[in-house]
Amino acid sequence: MTVASRSPWRLLVLLACLLLTGARDPILVPEISQHEIQVRQGFTGADLLLFGAVLSPEGSRAAQDYDIVVVLEGPVQSIVLREKQKIAGMWINADSLEFRSAPSYFAVASSRPIAKIVDDKTAAIYELGLKWLQLSPIGVIEPREQQRFSAGLVDLMRRQGLYREDQGSVKISGQVLYQARISLPSSVQTGTYTAETFAIRGGKVVASAITRVEVKKEGFERFVAVAADRNGWLYGLFAVIVSVAMGWIAGRLFALV
Amino acid sequence: MDVYLPIANLSVNGLVIIGLGALTGLLSGMFGVGGGFLTTPLLIFYGVPPTVAAASAASQVTGASVSGAFAQARRGGIDYHIGAVLVAGGVIGTGIGSLLFRLLQALGQIDTVINILYVLMLGGIGGLMAHESITALRAQRAGVPLPARKRRHHPLVASLPLRWRFYRSGLYISPLAPLLLGMATGILTMLMGIGGGFILVPAMLYILGMGVNVVVGTSLFQILFVTMVTTMMHALTTRAVDIVLAGLLLVGSVTGAQLGTFFAQKAKPEQLRLILAVIVLAVALRMALGLGYRPDEIYTVVPL
Repeated sequence: MTVASRSPWRLLVLLACLLLTGARDPILVPEISQHEIQVRQGFTGADLLLFGAVLSPEGSRAAQDYDIVVVLEGPVQSIVLREKQKIAGMWINADSLEFRSAPSYFAVASSRPIAKIVDDKTAAIYELGLKWLQLSPIGVIEPREQQRFSAGLVDLMRRQGLYREDQGSVKISGQVLYQARISLPSSVQTGTYTAETFAIRGGKVVASAITRVEVKKEGFERFVAVAADRNGWLYGLFAVIVSVAMGWIAGRLFALV
Repeated sequence: MDVYLPIANLSVNGLVIIGLGALTGLLSGMFGVGGGFLTTPLLIFYGVPPTVAAASAASQVTGASVSGAFAQARRGGIDYHIGAVLVAGGVIGTGIGSLLFRLLQALGQIDTVINILYVLMLGGIGGLMAHESITALRAQRAGVPLPARKRRHHPLVASLPLRWRFYRSGLYISPLAPLLLGMATGILTMLMGIGGGFILVPAMLYILGMGVNVVVGTSLFQILFVTMVTTMMHALTTRAVDIVLAGLLLVGSVTGAQLGTFFAQKAKPEQLRLILAVIVLAVALRMALGLGYRPDEIYTVVPL
């Protein structure tokens, strides 16, 4: 079931509909504070508020305790991960591994530590946690080597703020409403981000829903990125003219002093 | 002041970048070198991706050398004849450099090669400069003037076929020598994001044997054109020129360059050279340590 409610009114209408239908599993109504993040001049990152409600099919309130896990994932990319080793007294890139689908951004927020919510198998199936990230390496690789590289990637991205795991940051109030705050650093890639919310009870995922966030460059930033990519000649020429002009003007101005 | 860099894809403190530009501009004004050898490593240290750093530093060097080149042109300090040969070599060099850049990038060794080049180049040149300026300062203190150096080109240069006359430099040598020199600096410019002035100037003096009065001007002339070509080359191949980053660096460096020229007039040339030698050696040492010590990041991500 997809829900794209943008106003409280729609949410209410939806609630009414839900009361009339007789499904067994609880229903998750997710929402996100903004569906579009504009990367413009002065962009220093963004804070997303992911919130929503868990409803039992019978009533307006999910009478039991649920746990909520929110996973926000950025566009995937094919990457080469290089590993430095000390060779002849120097640290140089020695080994590498290619991944077909490494997310450029990955954040997990949960209402309690994930190990207490689900068992390892379920966590691995739904990728609940950085430990369970499925990176799909290219080629035949020893499991141990793959693990070493995956751990290296997660550690690197984590320190860059692009992979994050925040256990216990989802707040659930009145067994109905939940909210989680996830921040994106300024170095995020543009593209479509998916926020998947899971309602979990008794170690089982009982409901899940997806919302999307579009991160895109706008205005001048978009213009520059597009120009650099499509009109290399003009862009380069412009850069050259700007640098020559600035150097020349500065020389003239200081000659007056 | 937060500024978002659209090509580097990250937000930086604009004042820090302007300050960085001013620092390297100051060096370029004081010592007549481009200052790119300092910009690129510092930008990488600040978190800018290495390719974007090298590509954008090139346009900063263009800006910093423009006013110097104009000033030299007015007082007749440029040998356009040999300069044109150097530029031609430089253009070929940037082409080769861009192929090398891509090859090394594919092999994953670009960073190591850049680091090793920095250590060797800066260490060697810095050591030579330090030695020379210390001897000169000692001689001054003792009151004994150094025996004037005989100006002549390297025997290898004489063995090259084909000879042209370069009047302003006072040379009758094969054009292949400046062409090869231009090519070498072109390759370095492309790989390291440097102007190559601190390699070009000693090479012109001691290998080509050019007259002192045209060395600085002609080197600025060559740097100006080669960095322009490098910027174009990067814009067309790596697409890593960040105009916002370059703009910020330029604002700082063109101002710094003017201040540097002002300071340079008040100091003794030997002292200036010694200071530059110390800075160059410090950067080389830092780079050498970086190769030997365990780096902060063992892993690096490269998009496929």
